[in-house]
Amino acid sequence: MFDRLTNFESLFEEFRRIEQELDEALGRWTPPSGIRSVARGTFPPINVGGTPDEVHVYLFAAGLDPKTVDLSIQQNLLTVTGERQIPVKENAAYYRRERFGGAFRRVIALPEDVDPDRVDAKYRDGVLQVTVRRRESAKPRQIQVQ
Amino acid sequence: MTDKQVAAKEIPAAERSEPELVLRPPVDIYEDAEGITLQLDMPGVSRDRLDIQADRNALVIEGRGAIDMPQGMEALYAEVRSTSFRRSFALSSELEPEKIEANLQDGVLTLRVPRRAELRPRKIEVR
Repeated sequence: MFDRLTNFESLFEEFRRIEQELDEALGRWTPPSGIRSVARGTFPPINVGGTPDEVHVYLFAAGLDPKTVDLSIQQNLLTVTGERQIPVKENAAYYRRERFGGAFRRVIALPEDVDPDRVDAKYRDGVLQVTVRRRESAKPRQIQVQ
Repeated sequence: MTDKQVAAKEIPAAERSEPELVLRPPVDIYEDAEGITLQLDMPGVSRDRLDIQADRNALVIEGRGAIDMPQGMEALYAEVRSTSFRRSFALSSELEPEKIEANLQDGVLTLRVPRRAELRPRKIEVR
């Protein structure tokens, strides 16, 4: 699903981003950015997807110890904190150090209709997947015409 | 094998019409007395979806992530627009590509590329 987004939308988004950076460099007016939006490359990157019943949050965080990850939800704000330890090898020459190491904290605003009491999380292959159910009353209902 | 040949082989004909986004995984590389170690972040990639090719000249790492997504899910927000990874490195002659050890855990790939035993630093005793 996210693959499909890559084709056109990301291309246009890339153009928009370049345009926006140019605008900023030239001191032009720029549209406001989301108050919780983060700079590109913030660890861990996040995708959010939704079905009529659930909202799924994917955190792409390889090499985490799931026990050190702290998840909390307040109404529709999901907060994920943790730390990724990257031990430095002694007596070694480093050529590249591109991987993020240290503490992180991300706050994600979910749709308003999520139920904060029904949250599941699992960690597999370096992806933390958080599933939050939507409230029953918020789901679309079929209304019979009498 | 050149980069081009690998790319042509890996992309199925059906997908060639639309350019697929392939991410460059971040890497840490260090060298110690035994050889070179690489660590790459490839979240979502499992062992069976990882392909590592090494010959005398190059090391090519490719992975395709698979994430659980329920039917009919709509993207609400996406910072990651692909779960395919690819990165390649040129190898030098003092390394032994046939003895590379690979380990994948929680989306972190660790590769040990040993240096030829006869080329490892030797402690020279002063008499």
